[in-house]
Amino acid sequence: MFGLALTDIWFLLIALLWTGYFVLEGFDFGVGALLGVLGRDETDRRRVVNTIGPLWDGNEVWLLVAGGATFAAFPEWYASLFSGFYLALLVVLVALIGRGVAFEYRGKVDDDRWRRRWDAVIIGCSAVPALLWGVAFANIVAGVPLDADHEYTGTFFTLLNPYALLGGLTTLLVFLMHGAVFVSLKTDGDLRVRAHRLALRLGVVAVPVAAAFLVWTQLAHGKGWTLISVALAAGALVGAVLLVGRGREGWAFTLTAATIVATTVTLFGSLYPNVLPSSTDPAGTLTTTNAASTPYTLQIMTWVALAVTPVVLAYQAWSYWVFRRRLTRDDIPAPTGLPPRNTRAGARPEIPGTAQEQRAGDEVAEERPEVRR
Amino acid sequence: MALDLARWQFGVITVYHFLFVPLTIGLSLLVAMMQTAWVRTGDERWLRMTKFWGKLFLINFAMGVVTGIVQEFQFGMNWSDYSRFVGDIFGAPLAIEGLLAFFLESTFLGLWIFGWGRLSKRVHLATIWLAAIGTMLSAYFILAANSWMQHPVGSTVNPVSGRAELTDFGAVLTNSTAVGAFTHTITAAFLSAGMFMLGISAWHLARKNETRVFRSSMRMALVTVLVAGVGVVVTGDLQAKLMTEQQPMKMAAAEALWNTSSPASFSLFTIGSLDGTQEVWSVRVPKVLSFMATGDPDGTVEGINDVQRASEAQFGPGDYTPNVPIAYWTFRVMVGFGGLALLLALAGAWLQRGGRVPTNRWFTYAALAGIGFPVVANSVGWIFTEMGRQPWVVYGTMRTADGVSPSVGPASVATSMIVFTVLYGVLAVVEVTLLVRYARKGPDPLPPPDEAAPSEDAPRPLAVAY
Repeated sequence: MFGLALTDIWFLLIALLWTGYFVLEGFDFGVGALLGVLGRDETDRRRVVNTIGPLWDGNEVWLLVAGGATFAAFPEWYASLFSGFYLALLVVLVALIGRGVAFEYRGKVDDDRWRRRWDAVIIGCSAVPALLWGVAFANIVAGVPLDADHEYTGTFFTLLNPYALLGGLTTLLVFLMHGAVFVSLKTDGDLRVRAHRLALRLGVVAVPVAAAFLVWTQLAHGKGWTLISVALAAGALVGAVLLVGRGREGWAFTLTAATIVATTVTLFGSLYPNVLPSSTDPAGTLTTTNAASTPYTLQIMTWVALAVTPVVLAYQAWSYWVFRRRLTRDDIPAPTGLPPRNTRAGARPEIPGTAQEQRAGDEVAEERPEVRR
Repeated sequence: MALDLARWQFGVITVYHFLFVPLTIGLSLLVAMMQTAWVRTGDERWLRMTKFWGKLFLINFAMGVVTGIVQEFQFGMNWSDYSRFVGDIFGAPLAIEGLLAFFLESTFLGLWIFGWGRLSKRVHLATIWLAAIGTMLSAYFILAANSWMQHPVGSTVNPVSGRAELTDFGAVLTNSTAVGAFTHTITAAFLSAGMFMLGISAWHLARKNETRVFRSSMRMALVTVLVAGVGVVVTGDLQAKLMTEQQPMKMAAAEALWNTSSPASFSLFTIGSLDGTQEVWSVRVPKVLSFMATGDPDGTVEGINDVQRASEAQFGPGDYTPNVPIAYWTFRVMVGFGGLALLLALAGAWLQRGGRVPTNRWFTYAALAGIGFPVVANSVGWIFTEMGRQPWVVYGTMRTADGVSPSVGPASVATSMIVFTVLYGVLAVVEVTLLVRYARKGPDPLPPPDEAAPSEDAPRPLAVAY
């Protein structure tokens, strides 16, 4: 098809899925991890969470599809990678479970202690995978110890080498900045200002770290043409820092997204035609050919992907369009959660300036269930 | 050791995930129907039902989503040799499930949750229908994948690559086992959702709480359970016949039928010897098993000993018999609890005949307990179908023992087992507590009418937010 081998098409598609995943979940990791810093009071914390409220679950599906596509198109890659990175993936899974539940449940009880706990879960469980995905991909590019049967022979700590940790720090910082820019793009007033100030400060740290990681990647594993994507990634990140400093959030967000795209392109470009190089036995290296499924399976998958992906992109884009508005403090409705179990003398915290005061009357109605029959 | 741990882990994680799945599938469609009724009639009772059951649905859905991620990862993590062997076939439905179903579900559910007041009534209604369709598509693809493990079609084992390879994807998707499993699972999902609504509605009705909302809910629940219950029986019968033909050992184990019989009797209850290889005492109904398995009251049903001998001849020496007491009892518990749910719904239908409100104390408690009946039946049903296939992971093709990850040691599996068990335990407590408290609270009053109107830039709070 189009002069490309089916295995190459699938390598590209999987690279595309991971790129989509990092661009999209990248900002919701960042938003989640910065919840504590940006959310000074409960209304602002809810604003921060609600910027990604309708979006994070759809973003996460990119990961599931990337995993499923790897399983279908390159079973050997899926098998070696997932069994080899066992404990790291366990941590990622726990984090993804934690934050998913936390988003859904934090507002379910109208109690400060309840919300504080879930906020801590959101913060930790957003920061940890943001770091670990960088660690994982740096290891994939650099190679890991695989024997001739493509079985991983290292330990969890093999994965924590300097290059990989630098990769993890890069994704963490870039995702944090990406998230801060997103909050500034989706809110107004004081929160918006604080978010782009924070984005600027994060950017100043992210630029040297990301540059070091990109240069290391290029020198140790890059190809001639990845020099272009390295330059684009670094340039976009610097541009994002400059623009966010001037309050041009839309453009800054486009550029942080471009940084993530160009970085992912650099990583997959450096990896090709391998999918998981062996750092010990060369016979253990997995490539797009020795890890692939049969042409028949790849063909079917290609047709399905061609038919379905445009529709998915269209409706996901539409959902972003529906929720494009900035969230103001007035947008946040009164808490709808259950009253806390052990009410401390009716101690619902007063939050000035929210819609809560105007809505206080509604609570009376809640006590009389038959009132609106 | 790592094998046993990996099997335990798969069992624990999958059964736990499946506690939430049937409710998600069933409630998403029932809530979509409630909202349709509201959009068509304008009767605010339906709107309040949509919001009340929708909230419980979402509390449950969150758990289904997050535990589902583990499902996809664990094939590679704990079962890498299995993944290598079957990836060419098994991976495709999984990838398509993600692309076709998960995106649909999660994107449109996001639009549904946060779209109140932002989307027009009809577009908003469409979002819950699309999410509901997504849940069913997801069920079909994952069950097609599982059914291929039960009855591998459309594939061959390539002696050169040493792995199973896809030859006919259409055959995998139209596998008779997949059609049987899908219809049985979906009807069971509606039975589960119906029993959930029945229990909670009965509790509120007994307290004369929001009678209008809960009478409608109860009627909807009863119709759902009765229709779905008949569906479960019919599709279960279809599956039993497929199983007799495709996995005779599983059928024989389900009945603890050691020797081939024609006609074969069905035992309601058996006490076996401790190792499960001999029958000590049992209550039997003549000819029923023959009828169940073959459709003919005098049909021949193969016994365990004979299938074991045939398997040895075909696959070489080895133990081809699953754990018989587990197969026997899970099968009975599944059928028993499914039947109890159906009986309870019949009782409920009788109690509310001619517009009566069932406030009967025993019925209320039975209906509350009844929420758990399909949960038990679903769980043991899966334990039966997976353990009944042993020692195979892919029937007649790959043994479970050959599928485990060679590079993952028992310490790693034990670590993840402990982590997941503790995490899932904590989450179960949180989830059940929230469900119970929201269910008791009952439906919320509606906001003043002007707030329901969609408007883009009005300075009023969002209708729904986290």
